[in-house]
Amino acid sequence: MTRQARIGLFAVSAAGLAALMLWGASGLPSFGHYRGPYGQIVNHVAPSERHVTNVVTAVVFDYRGVDTLGEEFILFAAAMGVALLLREVRDPRARRNDRVSSDAVRLAGVGFAAGLFVLGLSVVAHGPITPGGGFQGGVVLASAFALVYLAGDYRSYRKLTPSFGIDLAKGTGLGVFTVVGIVSLLLGTAYLHNFGPLGTAGTLASGGTISILNIATGLEVMAAFVLLFTEFLEELAVTRAPR
Amino acid sequence: MIPLQAVAMGFVAAGALAVVLSRDLVRLTMLSSLYALTLVVLFLVFQAPDVALSELVVGAVGFPLAIVVAIVLERGR
Repeated sequence: MTRQARIGLFAVSAAGLAALMLWGASGLPSFGHYRGPYGQIVNHVAPSERHVTNVVTAVVFDYRGVDTLGEEFILFAAAMGVALLLREVRDPRARRNDRVSSDAVRLAGVGFAAGLFVLGLSVVAHGPITPGGGFQGGVVLASAFALVYLAGDYRSYRKLTPSFGIDLAKGTGLGVFTVVGIVSLLLGTAYLHNFGPLGTAGTLASGGTISILNIATGLEVMAAFVLLFTEFLEELAVTRAPR
Repeated sequence: MIPLQAVAMGFVAAGALAVVLSRDLVRLTMLSSLYALTLVVLFLVFQAPDVALSELVVGAVGFPLAIVVAIVLERGR
Protein backbone atom coordinates (compact mmCIF):
# COMPACT_ATOMS: atom_id res chain seq x y z
CA MET A 1 0.00 0.00 0.00
CA THR A 2 1.37 3.43 -0.90
CA ARG A 3 2.02 6.08 1.72
CA GLN A 4 -0.81 8.23 0.40
CA ALA A 5 -3.33 5.38 0.58
CA ARG A 6 -2.27 4.60 4.14
CA ILE A 7 -2.67 8.23 5.23
CA GLY A 8 -6.09 8.32 3.54
CA LEU A 9 -7.18 5.13 5.32
CA PHE A 10 -5.91 6.52 8.62
CA ALA A 11 -7.73 9.84 8.13
CA VAL A 12 -11.04 8.09 7.41
CA SER A 13 -10.79 5.68 10.35
CA ALA A 14 -9.51 8.37 12.75
CA ALA A 15 -12.42 10.63 11.81
CA GLY A 16 -14.83 7.74 12.38
CA LEU A 17 -13.29 6.93 15.77
CA ALA A 18 -13.36 10.60 16.80
CA ALA A 19 -17.03 10.86 15.83
CA LEU A 20 -17.88 7.70 17.81
CA MET A 21 -16.01 8.93 20.88
CA LEU A 22 -17.61 12.37 20.75
CA TRP A 23 -21.03 10.74 20.39
CA GLY A 24 -20.31 8.47 23.35
CA ALA A 25 -18.93 11.28 25.52
CA SER A 26 -21.92 13.52 24.82
CA GLY A 27 -24.20 10.90 26.39
CA LEU A 28 -22.22 10.66 29.65
CA PRO A 29 -23.83 12.00 32.82
CA SER A 30 -22.28 15.35 33.80
CA PHE A 31 -19.59 15.47 36.47
CA GLY A 32 -20.97 14.93 39.97
CA HIS A 33 -24.20 13.31 38.76
CA TYR A 34 -23.36 9.67 39.33
CA ARG A 35 -26.27 7.40 38.35
CA GLY A 36 -25.29 4.04 39.89
CA PRO A 37 -27.12 3.23 43.13
CA TYR A 38 -24.30 1.37 44.95
CA GLY A 39 -21.95 4.32 45.39
CA GLN A 40 -24.68 6.39 47.01
CA ILE A 41 -25.71 3.54 49.32
CA VAL A 42 -22.13 2.75 50.39
CA ASN A 43 -21.34 6.43 50.97
CA HIS A 44 -24.43 6.66 53.14
CA VAL A 45 -24.04 3.41 55.07
CA ALA A 46 -20.28 2.80 55.52
CA PRO A 47 -19.37 5.58 58.01
CA SER A 48 -22.00 4.52 60.53
CA GLU A 49 -21.82 0.77 59.81
CA ARG A 50 -18.01 0.39 59.78
CA HIS A 51 -16.78 3.52 61.60
CA VAL A 52 -14.41 4.56 58.80
CA THR A 53 -14.22 7.91 57.07
CA ASN A 54 -12.53 6.66 53.87
CA VAL A 55 -15.29 4.70 52.16
CA VAL A 56 -12.91 3.43 49.45
CA THR A 57 -10.96 1.49 52.09
CA ALA A 58 -14.21 0.11 53.54
CA VAL A 59 -15.19 -1.16 50.09
CA VAL A 60 -11.77 -2.64 49.31
CA PHE A 61 -11.12 -4.40 52.63
CA ASP A 62 -14.65 -5.18 53.73
CA TYR A 63 -17.56 -5.08 51.29
CA ARG A 64 -15.49 -6.67 48.50
CA GLY A 65 -12.72 -8.16 50.61
CA VAL A 66 -12.66 -11.44 48.67
CA ASP A 67 -11.88 -9.57 45.42
CA THR A 68 -8.99 -7.86 47.18
CA LEU A 69 -7.71 -11.23 48.43
CA GLY A 70 -7.70 -12.37 44.79
CA GLU A 71 -5.75 -9.27 43.78
CA GLU A 72 -3.23 -9.92 46.54
CA PHE A 73 -2.70 -13.40 45.19
CA ILE A 74 -2.22 -11.97 41.68
CA LEU A 75 0.47 -9.58 42.94
CA PHE A 76 2.06 -12.38 44.97
CA ALA A 77 2.13 -14.72 41.97
CA ALA A 78 3.41 -12.01 39.61
CA ALA A 79 6.30 -11.09 41.92
CA MET A 80 7.15 -14.77 42.41
CA GLY A 81 7.06 -15.29 38.66
CA VAL A 82 9.50 -12.44 38.02
CA ALA A 83 11.81 -13.77 40.74
CA LEU A 84 11.70 -17.29 39.29
CA LEU A 85 12.35 -16.15 35.72
CA LEU A 86 15.21 -13.78 36.51
CA ARG A 87 16.91 -15.88 39.17
CA GLU A 88 17.19 -18.85 36.89
CA VAL A 89 19.57 -17.20 34.43
CA ARG A 90 21.77 -15.68 37.11
CA ASP A 91 25.28 -16.91 37.70
CA PRO A 92 26.15 -17.23 41.41
CA ARG A 93 29.84 -16.47 40.65
CA ALA A 94 28.90 -13.14 39.09
CA ARG A 95 30.58 -10.00 40.38
CA ARG A 96 28.59 -7.26 42.10
CA ASN A 97 29.33 -3.76 40.87
CA ASP A 98 28.99 -0.89 43.27
CA ARG A 99 28.90 2.54 41.77
CA VAL A 100 29.32 4.73 44.83
CA SER A 101 28.03 8.25 44.39
CA SER A 102 29.30 11.44 46.04
CA ASP A 103 28.80 12.16 49.73
CA ALA A 104 26.33 14.96 49.01
CA VAL A 105 24.11 12.68 46.92
CA ARG A 106 24.31 9.93 49.53
CA LEU A 107 23.38 12.28 52.38
CA ALA A 108 20.46 13.82 50.49
CA GLY A 109 19.33 10.36 49.39
CA VAL A 110 19.35 8.96 52.91
CA GLY A 111 17.37 11.98 54.13
CA PHE A 112 14.79 11.59 51.37
CA ALA A 113 14.58 7.82 51.86
CA ALA A 114 13.89 8.23 55.58
CA GLY A 115 11.23 10.84 54.88
CA LEU A 116 9.67 8.68 52.18
CA PHE A 117 9.58 5.69 54.53
CA VAL A 118 7.76 7.69 57.21
CA LEU A 119 5.36 9.02 54.57
CA GLY A 120 4.66 5.44 53.45
CA LEU A 121 3.95 4.35 57.03
CA SER A 122 1.60 7.30 57.42
CA VAL A 123 -0.25 6.55 54.17
CA VAL A 124 -0.72 2.91 55.24
CA ALA A 125 -1.75 3.77 58.81
CA HIS A 126 -4.31 6.39 57.74
CA GLY A 127 -5.97 4.03 55.24
CA PRO A 128 -9.36 3.93 57.04
CA ILE A 129 -9.34 7.69 57.63
CA THR A 130 -7.92 9.55 54.63
CA PRO A 131 -7.24 8.69 50.95
CA GLY A 132 -4.55 6.06 50.54
CA GLY A 133 -4.08 2.77 52.30
CA GLY A 134 -2.20 -0.49 52.11
CA PHE A 135 -1.57 -0.57 48.37
CA GLN A 136 -0.43 3.02 47.86
CA GLY A 137 1.49 3.16 51.13
CA GLY A 138 3.16 -0.18 50.39
CA VAL A 139 4.55 1.08 47.09
CA VAL A 140 5.77 4.30 48.78
CA LEU A 141 7.56 2.17 51.40
CA ALA A 142 9.17 0.06 48.67
CA SER A 143 10.28 3.16 46.76
CA ALA A 144 12.09 4.36 49.89
CA PHE A 145 14.28 1.24 49.58
CA ALA A 146 14.76 1.87 45.85
CA LEU A 147 15.97 5.37 46.71
CA VAL A 148 18.65 3.85 48.94
CA TYR A 149 19.97 2.06 45.85
CA LEU A 150 19.70 5.12 43.62
CA ALA A 151 21.47 7.49 46.00
CA GLY A 152 23.67 4.97 47.77
CA ASP A 153 24.88 1.65 46.47
CA TYR A 154 23.68 -1.86 45.84
CA ARG A 155 25.32 -3.33 48.92
CA SER A 156 23.48 -0.97 51.32
CA TYR A 157 20.24 -1.72 49.49
CA ARG A 158 20.71 -5.46 49.93
CA LYS A 159 21.69 -5.03 53.57
CA LEU A 160 18.37 -3.26 54.19
CA THR A 161 16.38 -5.85 52.24
CA PRO A 162 17.62 -9.35 53.13
CA SER A 163 15.82 -12.00 51.07
CA PHE A 164 14.63 -13.84 54.17
CA GLY A 165 13.04 -10.72 55.66
CA ILE A 166 11.35 -9.79 52.39
CA ASP A 167 9.97 -13.29 51.90
CA LEU A 168 8.77 -13.31 55.51
CA ALA A 169 7.00 -9.94 55.11
CA LYS A 170 5.45 -11.05 51.83
CA GLY A 171 4.14 -14.32 53.23
CA THR A 172 2.97 -12.73 56.49
CA GLY A 173 0.98 -10.04 54.67
CA LEU A 174 -0.91 -12.52 52.53
CA GLY A 175 -1.18 -15.04 55.40
CA VAL A 176 -2.79 -12.55 57.78
CA PHE A 177 -5.34 -11.63 55.09
CA THR A 178 -6.27 -15.29 54.56
CA VAL A 179 -6.36 -16.13 58.28
CA VAL A 180 -8.62 -13.16 59.11
CA GLY A 181 -11.06 -14.56 56.55
CA ILE A 182 -10.92 -18.01 58.14
CA VAL A 183 -11.51 -16.52 61.61
CA SER A 184 -14.68 -14.83 60.38
CA LEU A 185 -15.78 -18.20 58.96
CA LEU A 186 -15.17 -19.80 62.38
CA LEU A 187 -17.29 -17.06 63.96
CA GLY A 188 -20.16 -18.27 61.80
CA THR A 189 -20.23 -15.35 59.34
CA ALA A 190 -19.29 -14.99 55.68
CA TYR A 191 -15.63 -15.15 54.60
CA LEU A 192 -13.85 -11.85 55.49
CA HIS A 193 -16.92 -10.50 57.27
CA ASN A 194 -15.83 -7.67 59.56
CA PHE A 195 -15.71 -8.95 63.16
CA GLY A 196 -13.25 -6.66 64.95
CA PRO A 197 -14.12 -3.97 67.48
CA LEU A 198 -15.04 -1.00 65.27
CA GLY A 199 -13.53 1.72 67.45
CA THR A 200 -14.16 5.43 66.96
CA ALA A 201 -14.47 6.77 63.42
CA GLY A 202 -11.60 9.08 62.51
CA THR A 203 -8.97 7.45 64.75
CA LEU A 204 -6.14 5.18 63.61
CA ALA A 205 -7.64 2.04 65.20
CA SER A 206 -11.06 2.24 63.59
CA GLY A 207 -12.91 -0.09 61.27
CA GLY A 208 -12.24 -3.44 63.00
CA THR A 209 -10.71 -5.93 60.56
CA ILE A 210 -10.45 -3.18 57.91
CA SER A 211 -7.47 -1.84 59.86
CA ILE A 212 -5.80 -5.24 60.13
CA LEU A 213 -6.31 -6.12 56.46
CA ASN A 214 -5.08 -2.66 55.45
CA ILE A 215 -1.80 -3.09 57.33
CA ALA A 216 -1.39 -6.68 56.06
CA THR A 217 -1.84 -5.41 52.50
CA GLY A 218 0.73 -2.66 53.09
CA LEU A 219 3.23 -5.30 54.24
CA GLU A 220 2.55 -7.60 51.30
CA VAL A 221 2.66 -4.85 48.66
CA MET A 222 5.86 -3.40 50.09
CA ALA A 223 7.56 -6.81 50.10
CA ALA A 224 6.31 -7.69 46.60
CA PHE A 225 7.60 -4.42 45.13
CA VAL A 226 10.93 -4.69 46.97
CA LEU A 227 11.28 -8.20 45.56
CA LEU A 228 10.57 -6.87 42.05
CA PHE A 229 13.08 -4.04 42.54
CA THR A 230 15.69 -6.47 43.85
CA GLU A 231 15.32 -8.77 40.86
CA PHE A 232 15.48 -5.86 38.38
CA LEU A 233 18.34 -4.08 40.16
CA GLU A 234 20.28 -7.32 40.40
CA GLU A 235 20.19 -7.39 36.59
CA LEU A 236 21.84 -3.95 36.58
CA ALA A 237 24.26 -4.28 39.45
CA VAL A 238 25.59 -7.74 38.70
CA THR A 239 27.94 -8.40 35.84
CA ARG A 240 27.42 -11.85 34.48
CA ALA A 241 30.46 -13.98 33.88
CA PRO A 242 31.07 -14.31 30.12
CA ARG A 243 29.72 -17.56 28.74
CA MET B 1 -16.92 21.38 33.75
CA ILE B 2 -15.04 24.06 35.61
CA PRO B 3 -11.98 25.72 33.98
CA LEU B 4 -9.55 23.89 36.28
CA GLN B 5 -10.84 20.53 35.06
CA ALA B 6 -10.57 21.66 31.45
CA VAL B 7 -6.96 22.74 32.00
CA ALA B 8 -6.11 19.39 33.65
CA MET B 9 -7.67 17.54 30.70
CA GLY B 10 -5.69 19.69 28.28
CA PHE B 11 -2.44 18.75 30.05
CA VAL B 12 -3.36 15.04 29.89
CA ALA B 13 -4.09 15.31 26.16
CA ALA B 14 -0.79 17.13 25.54
CA GLY B 15 1.09 14.58 27.66
CA ALA B 16 -0.44 11.63 25.83
CA LEU B 17 0.44 13.17 22.48
CA ALA B 18 4.03 13.76 23.62
CA VAL B 19 4.36 10.13 24.75
CA VAL B 20 3.04 8.84 21.43
CA LEU B 21 5.25 11.13 19.33
CA SER B 22 8.54 10.52 21.16
CA ARG B 23 10.93 8.08 19.50
CA ASP B 24 13.89 8.04 21.90
CA LEU B 25 13.39 5.42 24.64
CA VAL B 26 14.91 7.39 27.53
CA ARG B 27 12.89 10.45 26.58
CA LEU B 28 9.82 8.22 26.32
CA THR B 29 10.31 6.96 29.87
CA MET B 30 10.62 10.47 31.27
CA LEU B 31 7.63 11.67 29.27
CA SER B 32 5.45 8.77 30.38
CA SER B 33 6.38 9.57 33.98
CA LEU B 34 5.35 13.19 33.41
CA TYR B 35 2.19 11.98 31.69
CA ALA B 36 1.38 9.91 34.79
CA LEU B 37 1.81 13.10 36.82
CA THR B 38 -0.70 14.96 34.62
CA LEU B 39 -3.12 12.05 35.18
CA VAL B 40 -2.57 12.38 38.94
CA VAL B 41 -3.53 16.07 38.74
CA LEU B 42 -6.58 15.16 36.64
CA PHE B 43 -7.79 12.58 39.18
CA LEU B 44 -7.17 15.02 42.02
CA VAL B 45 -9.12 17.78 40.26
CA PHE B 46 -11.99 15.35 39.66
CA GLN B 47 -12.01 14.57 43.41
CA ALA B 48 -10.68 11.00 43.24
CA PRO B 49 -7.67 11.20 45.62
CA ASP B 50 -7.45 7.45 46.15
CA VAL B 51 -7.09 6.80 42.43
CA ALA B 52 -4.65 9.71 42.18
CA LEU B 53 -2.41 8.12 44.82
CA SER B 54 -2.50 4.74 43.07
CA GLU B 55 -1.64 6.35 39.73
CA LEU B 56 1.17 8.28 41.40
CA VAL B 57 2.87 5.24 42.89
CA VAL B 58 2.49 3.08 39.78
CA GLY B 59 3.24 5.77 37.21
CA ALA B 60 6.13 7.39 39.05
CA VAL B 61 7.78 4.33 40.61
CA GLY B 62 6.78 0.98 39.16
CA PHE B 63 6.52 1.59 35.43
CA PRO B 64 9.61 3.81 34.83
CA LEU B 65 11.81 1.45 36.85
CA ALA B 66 10.92 -1.57 34.71
CA ILE B 67 11.47 0.43 31.50
CA VAL B 68 14.78 1.93 32.64
CA VAL B 69 16.13 -1.49 33.60
CA ALA B 70 15.04 -2.87 30.23
CA ILE B 71 16.79 0.00 28.39
CA VAL B 72 20.03 -0.44 30.35
CA LEU B 73 20.05 -4.19 29.75
CA GLU B 74 19.40 -3.71 26.04
CA ARG B 75 22.23 -1.17 25.73
CA GLY B 76 24.67 -3.36 27.62
CA ARG B 77 24.16 -6.16 25.12
